[in-house]
Amino acid sequence: MSGVTSINLVENALLVSIQDDVTDTEIVELQDTLSNRIAKENVKGVILDISSLEIVDTFVGRVIAQLAGISRLLAADTYVVGMRPAVAVTLVELGMYLPETRTALSLTHALSQLRRG
Amino acid sequence: MADRSGTKGTAVAEITLAVSRDVVAARQAVARVLKERGLSAMRITRFATAVSEIARNAIVHGGGGRISIYLDPGKAYLRVECRDDGPGIEDVTLAMTEGYTTAGGLGRGLGGAKRLSHDFEIRSAPGEGTTVSMSVKL
Repeated sequence: MSGVTSINLVENALLVSIQDDVTDTEIVELQDTLSNRIAKENVKGVILDISSLEIVDTFVGRVIAQLAGISRLLAADTYVVGMRPAVAVTLVELGMYLPETRTALSLTHALSQLRRG
Repeated sequence: MADRSGTKGTAVAEITLAVSRDVVAARQAVARVLKERGLSAMRITRFATAVSEIARNAIVHGGGGRISIYLDPGKAYLRVECRDDGPGIEDVTLAMTEGYTTAGGLGRGLGGAKRLSHDFEIRSAPGEGTTVSMSVKL
């Protein structure tokens, strides 16, 4: 198993599926790759699908927050979709509220918001 | 602090912590055991997240270490012990303080891991490495 993450262009957004076994090293690499692609492909949004993630700890949470900050500077919005309830509860207990990200319950919802924007 | 040697219970797994993939292996091993014991997704996620924080600390601050998973003798708790031979923590109370960080992180890991565990204990002294013992109710 490896934490290979897929990045696909869907409409005007980059859809990123993060795998459960993603390592710290890989998620930092993802941040670099995504920053470059947001600028190059001129997308309006980044949709992070974290439905596979059973846990999001402070490190991964911080990278997601930074990624959202970077996207914002590059004129794209970040949506987090598919967060499991247990992950949401744990993040709040860790004091991580990911204020830079928008959350959407599903991919469809995120895409429709991006179309509207 | 009580010496738990000999009374740690049944060893379930032991994982060497050296690279970031080992953090994934450690939290997945813990999650697997808890799943087998029938814990709810909520409780599994909370404790596996705590273990992830501690395992990463052992690598980042302790230069690597070892994590051992035990089922306590009464089978009422799963206990995780994480040891490193790093520089140790000078002031454990300060290290547990929300927002305190030495490695440019958020300073939420240790306090967070404590809140997400049933019981949580750090033994450390400068030059003597760090051992974190944490448990979850089964």
